Amino acid sequence: MVIELSVLDLSLAALLILALAGLSLRLGLGIEQRLVLSAARTTIQLLLIGLVLKLLFDNVHFLWVAAMAAIMISAAGREVMARQKRRFAGWWGFGLGTLSMFVSSFTVTVLALVAVIGTTPWYAPQYAIPLLGMVLGNTMNGIALGLDRLTQDAAARRSMLEARLALGQDWNETIADTRREAIRVGMIPIINAMAAAGIVSLPGMMTGQILAGTPPVEAVKYQILVMFLIAGGTGFGTVVAVSLGARRLFDKRQRLRLDRLRASAG
Amino acid sequence: MSALVLHQLRTRHVGPIELTVAAGECVCLRGASGSGKSLLLRAIADLDPHAGEALLDERPCASMPAPAWRRQVALVMAEGQWWAETVGAHFADGCAPDWLERLGLPAAALDWEVARCSTGERQRLALLRTLMRQPAVLLLDEPTGNLDTESTARVEALLDDYRREHDAALLWVSHDPRQAARVAQRRFVLEDGQLVAEGEGESERAGERDKLAADESRDKAPGVEGCAW
Repeated sequence: MVIELSVLDLSLAALLILALAGLSLRLGLGIEQRLVLSAARTTIQLLLIGLVLKLLFDNVHFLWVAAMAAIMISAAGREVMARQKRRFAGWWGFGLGTLSMFVSSFTVTVLALVAVIGTTPWYAPQYAIPLLGMVLGNTMNGIALGLDRLTQDAAARRSMLEARLALGQDWNETIADTRREAIRVGMIPIINAMAAAGIVSLPGMMTGQILAGTPPVEAVKYQILVMFLIAGGTGFGTVVAVSLGARRLFDKRQRLRLDRLRASAG
Repeated sequence: MSALVLHQLRTRHVGPIELTVAAGECVCLRGASGSGKSLLLRAIADLDPHAGEALLDERPCASMPAPAWRRQVALVMAEGQWWAETVGAHFADGCAPDWLERLGLPAAALDWEVARCSTGERQRLALLRTLMRQPAVLLLDEPTGNLDTESTARVEALLDDYRREHDAALLWVSHDPRQAARVAQRRFVLEDGQLVAEGEGESERAGERDKLAADESRDKAPGVEGCAW
């Protein structure tokens, strides 16, 4: 059974943060402010989402779930954009990642809900929201890595790409190596995570379930499911995002258009 | 019989340019650095957005798929770029051994690793790579920029033969007025984005040419003399 945590229990854990902040002050690391601020953000954001989820679970309605999913996807789209050193100008910067995540994460999550878990209704928020969250978080990483690699690589190898165009190769042939590498870079973290799961790391979802009293083997089965969903979402999402991005690097006359990228301030 | 016609071509600070390079003609272009010579060549090859029109054989650039246009109107950049490890991988249909030989390269050059080639070898190989695709128009951005006198003469001779055999139109950017006098039928300077014809002072240039011919017969290997004329 779940042992409920009291405010006092959490305060004890928070002492760790305060102790760390004190050490940072003492050593002059200069990160105590960010540390405390981040800890506060974690507390507030998680409490808020807890309340939201409670509301959502109490009032199961398709529109609420859909609204929640839309907010999560746009937040992830913003995050993908923010992580790019060079991002696509205009709506493409936000749209590219968001659309790819919509295509992959959504499809994968809905597939799992309908075909694998078989919840009633299929959008039951207790399953839909956490699953989407996990798939989305990882897909976001893959897409951000892949797109970043694609645009950086294209910028760095501009002369080479243009030389290939000048020899009469089409855009697809010209960008193929760069695109392949970018997709690979986006997919490697999840492949590594699957390889290390259970030996090096105990995945968070499974650990959480076990802490909450689920029998380990049941928790493990869910974790395997989630791993596959994440791999599928990340893989397909990265392929879609990087492919669309690669196409966007060239215009109708198959010119390399790096002016469609903006260097980010960060 | 493919003439290159530029009609009101504009790209950034260059243009509008009106120019016709007839089939079998070589036109040389010079200009201060930053005057936009390379920009002009890039626009003709349709690698940069541009206004106005470029036509090959009265067919507008926009009416052809871009890769087809670039195969016909081939730009050879000043800096050759290589993406595969070996030289040969950059030649889609191999390379005629006698062409390699004419540029002073062994047939085994195709097996070389690009990283081990000298700048001059790479420049000659990059030119061959384009020539093997048999373009109708060659846009040459300082094709002998990294070459010694002998290799320069070999490249000039090969390009001249190519021009005659294929009736190709050549637009050649060169910093060297003597080279321009050797290879080109007409010469232009790119100034303030406009083409200004050179060659009015023909007598003085003729004198220069004679002096050059004398230089060449002293300096160069036999067999390259007079290749461009």
